[in-house]
Amino acid sequence: MARYAMAIDLSSCVGCAACAVACKLENEVPPGASRLWIRLEESGTFPDLAMQYRPEQCMQCADPPCVGVCPTGASHVNDDGIVLVDAETCIACGACIAACPYGARYFDERGFVGKCTFCEHRLAEGRVPACVETCPTLCRSFGDLDDANSDVSRAIRAAHRVEVLKPEQGTHPKLVYLDAPARFGLTREGVLR
Amino acid sequence: MKRRSFLKLSAASVGALMVTSEAQAIKLPNPLARVPKAWYDGDVSTVLTYCENCFWKCGVRASVADGRVWKVDGYEQNPKSRGRLCPRGQGAVAQTYDPDRLKRPLIRMEGTERGDGKYREATWDEALSVIASGMLGIKERYGSESMAFFAHGSGDTWFGDYLPAAWATPNVGKPSVSLCTGPRETAAQWTFGRGIGGHEPIDWENTDYIVLVGHHIGEDTHNTQLQDFSLARKRGAKLVVVDPRFSVAASKADRWLPIKPGTDTALLLAWLNVLITEELYDRAYVERYTVGIDKLTEHVQRYTPQWAAGVTDLDADVIRAVARELAAHAPRAVLPPGRHTVWYGNDTQRMRALYLVNALLGNYGVEGGFYFAQPPYIEKYPHAAFPLEPASGGCSGASGGETIDTGFRPAVDHGMFFAKTTAVQELIPAMITGEPYRIAGLIAYGVNLFHSIPDVARTKEALKKLDLYVAIDVLPMDHVMWADVILPEATYLERYDDLVEIAHKTPFIELRQPAVEPLWDTKPGWWIARELGMRLGLETFFDWPDIETYLDKRLSSIGSSLAKAKEVGTLVQRGRPYLADWEQRNVDPFGTPSGKIELYSQAFADAGFDPMPAYEPPEEGPAGSYRLLYGRSPVHTFAKTQNNWVLMEMHGENAVWIHTAEAAALGLASGDYVWLENQDGVRDGPIAVFATERLRRDCVYMVHGFGHRAPDMKVANGRGASDTALMSRYRRDPISGGAGLHVNFVKLVPGAPRPRLPRLSKLAERSV
Repeated sequence: MARYAMAIDLSSCVGCAACAVACKLENEVPPGASRLWIRLEESGTFPDLAMQYRPEQCMQCADPPCVGVCPTGASHVNDDGIVLVDAETCIACGACIAACPYGARYFDERGFVGKCTFCEHRLAEGRVPACVETCPTLCRSFGDLDDANSDVSRAIRAAHRVEVLKPEQGTHPKLVYLDAPARFGLTREGVLR
Repeated sequence: MKRRSFLKLSAASVGALMVTSEAQAIKLPNPLARVPKAWYDGDVSTVLTYCENCFWKCGVRASVADGRVWKVDGYEQNPKSRGRLCPRGQGAVAQTYDPDRLKRPLIRMEGTERGDGKYREATWDEALSVIASGMLGIKERYGSESMAFFAHGSGDTWFGDYLPAAWATPNVGKPSVSLCTGPRETAAQWTFGRGIGGHEPIDWENTDYIVLVGHHIGEDTHNTQLQDFSLARKRGAKLVVVDPRFSVAASKADRWLPIKPGTDTALLLAWLNVLITEELYDRAYVERYTVGIDKLTEHVQRYTPQWAAGVTDLDADVIRAVARELAAHAPRAVLPPGRHTVWYGNDTQRMRALYLVNALLGNYGVEGGFYFAQPPYIEKYPHAAFPLEPASGGCSGASGGETIDTGFRPAVDHGMFFAKTTAVQELIPAMITGEPYRIAGLIAYGVNLFHSIPDVARTKEALKKLDLYVAIDVLPMDHVMWADVILPEATYLERYDDLVEIAHKTPFIELRQPAVEPLWDTKPGWWIARELGMRLGLETFFDWPDIETYLDKRLSSIGSSLAKAKEVGTLVQRGRPYLADWEQRNVDPFGTPSGKIELYSQAFADAGFDPMPAYEPPEEGPAGSYRLLYGRSPVHTFAKTQNNWVLMEMHGENAVWIHTAEAAALGLASGDYVWLENQDGVRDGPIAVFATERLRRDCVYMVHGFGHRAPDMKVANGRGASDTALMSRYRRDPISGGAGLHVNFVKLVPGAPRPRLPRLSKLAERSV
């Protein structure tokens, strides 16, 4: 039993997409689909400028809207708090895709819905998700929120700002963003502290 | 489908990186489909090797199941990757399974011209025999020196060093020198007495103040460097970025100095001025380790911050402030040299100016500055002595008018430059004019001739004049389909190569070993070089029957073996990073003529060059045109990776960046397609416009490497535009031989059609 979470330090991310490529190959995500993508935001006028890259993926919500809408129970939360899809029981009806406020799920043409799994298969071997392991800027931290010494707990404690995407949705994401440049204020949510 | 529409929108504003718009293409689900077994649920074995998707050479763990490589990850014990990989490293596996790969040797059809692209398949024996007979004919007619070799990548040990030296030609060019690092290497050699080398020896972990001058960290994802940069910033190191463009690095900076293109030397000279006139430099260090401070003091008097402000379009107070901040943090303050330093044709002097600022901060060989990168110890294979020393090795070092009687004619650019390595672009005229003697044959290994060497029309003319043109490559690149004989190389995951020796704080040796067998009828570079050598009568130099024997022999010189190296992948040794380590041994680390850091270069003065860097204004372009600047995408390596579907999903075409106001004046908006036309009427495109506030109004910017015109590279072909195609001019750096490439100007010509191209996801489904 763990409460796995991820934190992404946006002051370090350079948007290189190593995470996105690693995810794609690790999880055999089909051409045209993605579990992890990167958004670029720019503001200001020359020479008073700011920008940030923000990797986005499944927010691994503590209150995931995608789970309750699943008619077969394929979309579920495992014992470690990871939101998963059981491909064998998924009928690819698309209800979860419609319910997800983050656009984090896709149809896999092999007949099921795909999404980020926090690389559950790696966790079993004591490894971190592929996106975390490879990041050349070390901007991603991962671990158990219930363990104060986990990488993610430490990173969140050390951060100046901790924010989540779309807090108004009440999803309580377990993917949080740290230290975004002030001009791109996401909305603060303190639940993870 | 909100995300999809967002992605569509941003696809119009390309330039920056994104996951492509096709990401959420909906297909009807098939409830009857079986859920596939994941590769990692099978029997997975791990092979330790190093990556070839750029030149950085990161140690990787390749995961193999069912005879296929599924994934590569960084190798924790390797000092280059430290367990992490950049996007190119992660995505390299897609190249191995690219259906567009060259699959077997090809010979140009009789009766066709170079460039017609018509080929027939051949056996290796036939292809190699044709090449050997062509080379022997050239040797008989013109001498062995009339064969040239261009090489890039790890296999350049075979086609840049081993085979050319055994064959006896000094005409070996590497684009990585005179089209990239040449000026910084030559300047370092003649300032510090040692080059920079492949891995910039910056002591990132101890530095507190970093100034990047046109150095695009984050967009050029040199893995270790990006890790170090990120860690230094997390540690609280201050960052200043000098760049006409608001680069990714600039977006992380404490200060961004949006300098006027071509005026960097003025800024550096002003920093020298402040450090000297305000007596902020490290007096003890300068007295002990340098020569020429008196002359430099006098020289920089005129380069005041006020003067530089007028030249650079920067604020004099900011210029002064940065110099003072540098001094306040010295010696833990550093100006790392960028990699691609061929800009304006006076680049050795600009790099000298950058090094002199470092020297005055007293940071060379000191914690937080530059460390001394030592190569690891290992012996060469004890082959018979080559008739010529390998000509391409080493970027710098003396190559003035000195004549060593080897019995062979010197390289065609001999005596022209202060750099040891032949300037690759200077070999092209000899193919056309026959001066000083004819280059009649060329083997191009891993070098995209049309996407690296400026003046593509001249290159094509030269290729047409050759008696023999051979291309060795993995993909049917633009220039490959001009060759008389095409040899398909195996990808890095399928082959051995020579050991690489990395000069580093902790010097190390890396092994390349195959994870899987080569697909189709492709062969490793070592095999191709050896088989060719055997047909050229060079058996004495290839007395090793196979690569395993060769590698095992070399490794035995350090008490290791191939078997052991295969287990550990990387062999790390101890280095001597700091001045103290050298002084303990009483060894002078500076290999300059004076044995000290040369603020004043007598050798340059003797050769008629400025002994200290002086400012020279850049040439301006025609009215209504913009200076063409270019850079890197984090997911691509030059023009090598645009057929990789995974990487292309991340960044599938380049765009031309232009300031918002300039775009508006031209009636252009982001997402419009234009042609780019340069000062000589050369046109390329179509290319999408990216109107942005993120650069100055006097320049445009595009990512290098796109715009392939290679119909057999189905993914790359026709996506984006080529900056190289627009470089019909270059300005030669008379000291290093570097080809300054920031000297071209373009206009945006509206009305270009949006290219109609096959969907990436469709092309990706062809993977083998």
